[in-house]
Formats: sequence, C-alpha cells, structure tokens
Amino acid sequence: MHLHRLERIWLIFGVAILAIFLATVTTAALVDGFVPPSHVQSIDPAKVSVTPPFDQPGLHKLANGSYEAYYVAHIFAFAPHRLVVPLGAHVTFYVTSTDVVHGFSIPETGVNAMVTPGWVSTVSHTFRTRGTYLLVCNEYCGIEHQTMADTIEVR
Amino acid sequence: MSTTSLGLFEPRPLTRELAVANENILVSAHIYTATAALVLGALFGLLQGFARANWIVMPAWFDYYRVLTTHGVLMALVFTTFFITGLLTFSTYRSIPRIRHVALGWTGYIVMLVGTLVTALTILSGNATVLYTFYAPLKAHPAFYIGATVLVAGTWFVAADLLMNVAWFLKNNPGKRIPLPAFAAAATFVMWIIATIGVTLEMCLLIPWSLGWTSGIDVELTRMLFWYFGHPLVYFWIMAAYLIWYNVIPTTYKGKVFSDALTRLSFILLLVLSTPVGLHHQFLDPGISAGWKWMHTVLTYGVVIPSFMTAFAIFASFEIAARRAGKRGFIATVRWLPWGDPVFSGSALGMLLFLFGGFGGIVNTSYSMDVLVHNTMWIVGHFHVTVGGPVALSFIGAAYRLVPAITGRKLFAPKLALVQTYTYFVGMLLMSTSMHVAGLLGSPRRTSDVTYFGAAGAQSWHFEMVTAAVGGTILFISILMFAVVAVGTRFRDVRAEVRDEFAFAGTDEEAMRTPAVLDKLGRWACLALVLAVVAYAGPIHDQLSQPHYLVPGMRTW
Repeated sequence: MHLHRLERIWLIFGVAILAIFLATVTTAALVDGFVPPSHVQSIDPAKVSVTPPFDQPGLHKLANGSYEAYYVAHIFAFAPHRLVVPLGAHVTFYVTSTDVVHGFSIPETGVNAMVTPGWVSTVSHTFRTRGTYLLVCNEYCGIEHQTMADTIEVR
Repeated sequence: MSTTSLGLFEPRPLTRELAVANENILVSAHIYTATAALVLGALFGLLQGFARANWIVMPAWFDYYRVLTTHGVLMALVFTTFFITGLLTFSTYRSIPRIRHVALGWTGYIVMLVGTLVTALTILSGNATVLYTFYAPLKAHPAFYIGATVLVAGTWFVAADLLMNVAWFLKNNPGKRIPLPAFAAAATFVMWIIATIGVTLEMCLLIPWSLGWTSGIDVELTRMLFWYFGHPLVYFWIMAAYLIWYNVIPTTYKGKVFSDALTRLSFILLLVLSTPVGLHHQFLDPGISAGWKWMHTVLTYGVVIPSFMTAFAIFASFEIAARRAGKRGFIATVRWLPWGDPVFSGSALGMLLFLFGGFGGIVNTSYSMDVLVHNTMWIVGHFHVTVGGPVALSFIGAAYRLVPAITGRKLFAPKLALVQTYTYFVGMLLMSTSMHVAGLLGSPRRTSDVTYFGAAGAQSWHFEMVTAAVGGTILFISILMFAVVAVGTRFRDVRAEVRDEFAFAGTDEEAMRTPAVLDKLGRWACLALVLAVVAYAGPIHDQLSQPHYLVPGMRTW
C-alpha cells in the first residue's frame, strides 16, 4: 500500500522515538536493574502469621551488611509499626497481605508495589537521607483506607 | 414528528422515512441516557474534588468511596458506553440507508439500561463500594456483578444489530467497500467483543463466589482478566472518538477524509493491537515475571502507531482543505479553521488535550518508569485528560451535530454550546495538570483524605488538590451547559424544526484506492485473538504453575 512521502517520514520519526524509549528502559533494566517489582512467590494468606519470616515482621540485618524488612499489610494497618532504619542502609522489603489488595508506597523514594493476598511482593531502596518517611497504602482497601499509613524513621 | 413509533410492532407499511424516524428515537435513547449519566457522574466528581481539597467531608451514610465508585462506573462504563452504542448505531444506520426494523437495537438498549439500573442501585445502596475496578477479594453484593454483566451483554445485542446490517450491505452490494463510518463502527465493535471476553470470564468467577457457591477467589487471575478487558476498554472510547475525527470533523470546514485506506488501516491496527497490552496496568503486581511485563511494554508502544497515523491524517485533512480555500502555512491554516463551531472546537480542543494524554500514557507504559506514578494522582490526571478530554469533549462536540439530526430541531443556544467547549477545555487542563503534579509529588489516588494526620510529606500535595477542585468546578458547570443545550434542543417547539441534513465526510479525490483486504474484519479479528493468546498464555501459565491460594474475600466498607 502506498504511503504519502510526508506520512512515511512522520511514521519513521515516531517509530524511531518509540525505539529510543524502548532501548532506554531496556538498557536501564539490563544494566542498572531497573525493573518493576515482579517477585513470583506465593504464600498461603490464611497462614501468614505462622509462616517465617512473616511470623516476625520487622527489620533483619543480613551477613553482607544489607537489610531485609518483612511487612504484613492488613486492613487498615502495616506491621511492623514505625520501622527504624540506620542511615545508608540498603533495605529489601518483602510484603504480603492477609486479606484484600493493598499498596505499599513510600512517596518520593520510588518504593511502590502492589500487595495481593497469596503473593509476596519485593522492592528495594537505599536510605541516604535522614528523616521520617511516610509509608502509605495506595490501593483502595476499604472504608478506613485513608488511615492505612505508617512511618519509617531513618537515623 | 407524527411518525414516532418504537418500530417493534409496526402497524403501517414501513417506509424509509418511517424507518429513519424509528432509528432516530433509538439513537436518542442512547444519547440522552449517556447525557444523564454524564451529569450525575459530574456531580459525584465535584463532591470528590471538594473532599480531596478538604472543603467538605462526606458523611458516613454516603461516604467518599461510595461517591467514587458511582463516579467511576457512571463515567467510565455508563456514559461512554451509551454514547458509543448510540454513535455507532447512528453511523451504521445512516451510512447504510435501508428500510430496517430496529427491534434488535431496542433489545440491546433495554438490556443495557436494566443492567445499568441494577448496578447503580446496588452501588448507591452501599452494597458495592468496590470502585469501578472491583478488585477481588473486595466482595460486593452479587447484584453488582450481575448488573454489570447484563450491561455488557446488552452491548452485544447492539453489536449484533450493526454487524448484521454490515453483512446485509455486503450481500446486497457485492464488490463494494463497506461505507467508512459503518466500517469504523464495525471494527470498534469487533474489538469490543474480543475485549469483553476477559470481563465475562472474570464474572464467571466472581458471580458464583459472591453468591457463596464457591469458597474462594484467585485474586491475581481476576486482576489479569480485568485488565485484559480494561485496557481495550480505553480503545473502545478512543476508536469512537477517531470515528468522529475522521468522518464528522472534516464536514465542519468543508474538507474531506485524507485517505479512506489509511483510515481503515488505523482502525484495523487498533482492533489487532488493543488487547495484548493489559499487563501494563499490572507492572507493580507480584506473581507476574518482569519479562512478560517488558513484552507488554513493547506491544503497548505498538498501539501508539495508529494514533500517530491518525494525527497525520487529521492535520493533512486540515491543510488540504485550507489550501483549497487559498490559505497556506501553519498559522493561516490554524486561523482559518472553524473555531466558532462547537462541533469543531469540541474535537479540536480534545485533540490538544490528547497531546498531554499521549505523553503521559507513554510514561505509564514505560516499564520501570511506571513505579514513579503507579496509583498516584498522576494516573487520575492521565485518564481524565484522555477519556475525560479528547473522548468526552469530542463526544459532546459531536452531540451538537447529532442531537439536531436525531430530534429534527435546531440546536438550542448554540453560543452556550460554543462557550461550553472552551470552558470544558480550561477546566480539564487545570484539573488534570494539578493531578499530574500532585502524583509526581507522591499523592496517592483513591484516598478520601491525604493529610495522613498532618504528616510533613503530605503537606505539599494540598495546593494541587485545591486547584484540581477549582478545575473540577469549571468542568461541572460546563457539563451542565451541555445538558441544557442537549435537553433544550429536544424540547424546542415545532418552529425550530429542521430538515435533517446530516452527512458524513467524503474522501479526498486524490486519495489512493482502498485494498479489499482491509474490509475482511473476520480475518483481522482472528489475528487479534491469536495475539491476545500469545500475550496472556505465558503469564497465566506461570501463575497457575505456582502453588496458589484462593482467598475468601470480605466486605471492608
């Protein structure tokens, strides 16, 4: 089928831009590990409170000096409450839900994941600035959804 | 209008004139139902805007989330769907003139209406505060799921009616191309039928579960089935807006369709590529590996291409018509366009808003970049500047041509109609820009109050919520203006009667010939289904191969 010369130029221009975008996000994924949180691990939502490590929500230091934080989301709160993290810590969050779908978001950090019952979500962040971070549920979960928030203190 | 009749039981011999009168009543039913949903939806939107700006607090007996669910369902599912079924019915009937009965069309409308009323009443009574995405395991009253399914089933009757009219045309006009408006309507409905497979399967899981017949629900599977439907739903809206841009808008400046063949190609690309992209709504979901998400990023980039083609074709049509009128150059062309005609300004201002919508959409679908905006107010800004912008404003603009055609009355208060399109543009630009900025600052969506007990990080979101509420107020007033014009036109007295002179745009004489293969919708539908299977077989297989758990579900409101 014949395309007008100007339309051909326009489409080549448009597709080239998309190709550049795709190359950028793909390079960021392969080289810097910028991939969306995509952990594939299931868990029995009825037995979260007796399934290690979620039976003891909180911050755990690993032998290599980094940290893992285990979170349980339920209506309408997170456990643990008021996590304290040392400055400069690289923390990998493991989050699951015991009831409905929740969100796990620390605004202005890039920590953002969906939390669905039956699955474990993971997301990592290095805390380089001292202060109190807000942790919010950013998926509607019920009538008190707006109160489902907590803090993470970096010191 | 002495020849009014529903056309169900026809006592007199049906003439073409009588058939058109019957068709007009059917299309009017769709368009005015859409208008009612729009006005009610706008009122609920206004309340949300005020609540987020902390100007009001919704009472416990009619809480914010019930308002939010009603707003989402009325705008995204009821207003859009009824307007589109009306528009596509009109486009098919008018471009395939025929002495026809409209019983099947009426069946579709009535089924849609019953489904809508059941769903709406269930939400308003507080038994389905699950938002318009109804993510399991939030468990609504069964009437919510059943009503929504009936609404969708009603659209299939409308689709069957239109596709049978297209089949009639092909049988009686061998070798001829399907008229372009009817082709666009048919392609849109074929895409819609493929898309609704997802939500139908989801309802097959949700309805028995909500009735207590099954004990648990697979949460991730229902989410995947929802978004298999949820993204092509967006293209259902956009294809209808494109139908207006290609077939109606050129008539406002005595122009032509740039190319019949390329128009059909755009619709076919949308038909084929709309479905296998839904995972980009689930980039942050667990249980779906990163590779499948990347594949859906690539496929979503693919569905941008027909929009590039449309942008070219629309501007080419502008320029060719302007040159014929002796205008040359960008500024002269823009100034020459009929900005004083609300039919044109509605769509043209919608196109301007779509620039923002397209830009934001690319961000959302760009894989890891979605982490920055997912479930923030940015997303709310994005879909207001897309479905609320180019789609709704083009529909409203087109209604200023459509309503006189189906009521046989001159447009009521045309100046008000013109002012309406511009105020809508200003209101939407202010509201959606505020939402985008609030989202970048981290403000979550779908939350009644984002002050979080005065937390320091939440303070910076307040200003944008106030400007969004101001924009929302302008939008609400603008939508009331539209309702006044639409309803006012219907109730004008006989002195305002006009001969219906509705015509779709013709094709430019210099355009290329249309290859016959572009009309083979069945083949393209098969290709679309194959792509949908390819895009979803992997992720669904991965999920089912993990030990996975059913969740009982609960009512958390």
